Amino acid sequence: MSSEQKLLHISTSPHVKHIETVPSIMLCVCLALIPAFAASVYLFRLKALVLTAVCVISCLATEWSIVRFLLKKPSTLGDFSALLTGILLAFNLPPDLPPWMAAVGSVFAIGVAKWAFGGLGHNFVNPALAGRAFLTASYAAPMTVFNVPDFWKARGWTISGLSEKIIRPVSDTLDGISGATPLPTFSGITEALHAESARLVDLQFHIIDFQEALPRLFFGNVGGCIGETSAAALILGAIFLWYKHIIGIRVPVLYIGTVFLLTWLFNGTGSFFTSEALLVPVYQILAGGLMLGALFMATDMVTSPVTPKGKMIFGVGCGILTFTIRKFGGYPEGVSYSILLMNLTVPLIDRYTRPKIYGKVKKNA
Amino acid sequence: MFGKYSFRGGVHPSHNKDQTASRNIETFPAPERAIIPLSQHIGTPAKIAVKRGDTVKTGQVIGEAGGFVSAPVHASISGKVVSVGPFPHPLGRRVTSVEIENDGTNETVEFNPSDKPWREAAPQEIVQKISAAGIVGMGGASFPTHVKLSPPSNKPIDTVIINGAECEPYLTADHRFMLEKTEQILLGALIIKKVVGAAKLFIGIEENKPDAIEKITEQLNKEIFKEIIPAKLQTKYPQGGEKQLIAAITRRQVPSGGLPMDCGCIVQNVGTACAIWEAVSEGKPLYQRVVTVTGPAIRKPGNFLVRIGTPIKTLVEKCEIDYDAAQKVIMGGPMMGLAQSDLDAPIIKSSSGILAHSTLTAGTRDYDCISCGNCVKACPINLVPSFISKFVQKGLYEDAMAWNVLDCIECGSCAYACPAKINLVHYMKLGKFHAMAIRKSQEQK
Repeated sequence: MSSEQKLLHISTSPHVKHIETVPSIMLCVCLALIPAFAASVYLFRLKALVLTAVCVISCLATEWSIVRFLLKKPSTLGDFSALLTGILLAFNLPPDLPPWMAAVGSVFAIGVAKWAFGGLGHNFVNPALAGRAFLTASYAAPMTVFNVPDFWKARGWTISGLSEKIIRPVSDTLDGISGATPLPTFSGITEALHAESARLVDLQFHIIDFQEALPRLFFGNVGGCIGETSAAALILGAIFLWYKHIIGIRVPVLYIGTVFLLTWLFNGTGSFFTSEALLVPVYQILAGGLMLGALFMATDMVTSPVTPKGKMIFGVGCGILTFTIRKFGGYPEGVSYSILLMNLTVPLIDRYTRPKIYGKVKKNA
Repeated sequence: MFGKYSFRGGVHPSHNKDQTASRNIETFPAPERAIIPLSQHIGTPAKIAVKRGDTVKTGQVIGEAGGFVSAPVHASISGKVVSVGPFPHPLGRRVTSVEIENDGTNETVEFNPSDKPWREAAPQEIVQKISAAGIVGMGGASFPTHVKLSPPSNKPIDTVIINGAECEPYLTADHRFMLEKTEQILLGALIIKKVVGAAKLFIGIEENKPDAIEKITEQLNKEIFKEIIPAKLQTKYPQGGEKQLIAAITRRQVPSGGLPMDCGCIVQNVGTACAIWEAVSEGKPLYQRVVTVTGPAIRKPGNFLVRIGTPIKTLVEKCEIDYDAAQKVIMGGPMMGLAQSDLDAPIIKSSSGILAHSTLTAGTRDYDCISCGNCVKACPINLVPSFISKFVQKGLYEDAMAWNVLDCIECGSCAYACPAKINLVHYMKLGKFHAMAIRKSQEQK
């Protein structure tokens, strides 16, 4: 009981810290993806389960091997970031992708996009999106087939959420992405519907189709990547993350809002206040990977700006790019490339959006 | 009657004040031995006024102010000066101190109160009294109070804020003070207002101290206290930081690199206000203060009126510190307090609390920065601590300066909020140190 023998620790203040840690953040994001995972297993059955398992296992294995054999450091699996990358990558893959391709994408995501730059915190693009981009570049055809599972096809599902006629993806026959055909009407909508949408010009649209399509898009009974189709499940998870202060409101709202606004302004129907004109942007924000991208990928801490103003610019920038790619680009789905491109601008955005500090005011008197 | 005020940024650490909030201030017995550092304030150390072998009385001057920005130091016990030399100091260095051995008589010098009531005294006379009493800011920064109360004529003060926020977790010294010395604090506040000629007088209290707010509001019904405006503050750290308090209550900002007087404000801690009242009305010098002794490794926590110079060891042992459990002993609160390496270091004028922590919560770095931006959200100054710390780690001190490292108030909010547990404050302090050196060399050119 003598103080002489007692060595006290000394360190800089503060001497208390918040309970939140890096692993707890990553784990919370994983937890937030559970509704979307449940939805994907419900919608795509075994295929979703297999793809997710393959991605998660190969991500974890890649991470473990790199750290163990190349870096010879203690395992980093405990920070859950590789787990998260695995889940997010799987969510960005079409259900019919051969599992070995998913594994290749995982190795690229963890090995190149993440560890080649120094691991968690040092990657400048989102590893899951980089993995997806790598797969899209390498295996264009299988990455753009969004078949509706036979199980659901029998129940009248379609890829686009529009009723009846299913149009085979362009890529299925062309082995690549053809330039989107400019469409006389509903051009805004059509580009959103993945590759097959180019053919929708042949269909005679009726507003009733869209009203039918919207709830399907919201709950996810449409074709698409396994984790992106159910907007409802994704929003549920995002609300949890927002409640836990892990994601802010700026990036997702501005991202989705920008896409909404631009597709409404350029809705292609020639008017602004008809129900068609308003349905186009609603359709656009629910279709494709926008919800997954805006809620879970653009909000990735490592690859988004830290300054409040920077976050706004980032969100709006993602929105503009997504709209541009969907509307004018040769690519059917703009979300992943928009986020990747904006990831690259983050250091620049942060540099020029330094917050105005307390006390930078004119001196009184 | 109470408005609610706040500022941007900040964090919400657990209060942990319940252990001591309801405990009355107890008078701690005068120690056997007191070590009184000659430097207990910002500015020039006091000049030694006694020598080894002298007999001193309680309240006797043992160090005279070493300049304008300085403060005298008084004996806190009566007895013999055993030695004058370097002793451990809570700020970490060894500082010239006077060691006094208690003779047990507690013979006190005759106090020299103002010869006229303070309302009739000239401001200079009052400042003179405050200066002679050795009063410094008791909230932690320990800036000599008479300097604060003598702003240059081109910087008029229109607002006085009495700081009863006590935003640091664990500490309850100011809280108890407000409950037990309500009237003295308010009288001290009136004196400050008169001295600087301010138009407005606020007293700011965090809303987690409803009993203190109630007690003060009661007093404010009295005719003499009518002019005091109460300000209920949101419970948020660092609400009691000078700059945050000014921003919360007046919506003004202290200019970067400037002092509160640059925006017409002056902030004084409630303890300081009470000390000012005692100095002016009784002529009593500052030789004791209220200290909260608490923390998980303290078995008998409490609030104590302690003589300056009492070794920390005496204090914590009286409160039954569990040496086996104690990992860290901190002077001040857990957010800005200083971890002590030597428990022989004494209580000084700015020691608001002694904390004995049983867990080693800080000092580790678990992960690399994941750019979550929590530090940016938490910073009450709007800095980007994550970037500044990266600049400092790479030795890019000019970049750190360009990102305003010198404006950091070292409140610790960033490091508290950091999920990677990076010791951001350490890098901020290091960056400030190098930035000061750079600025100095630039000025010399």
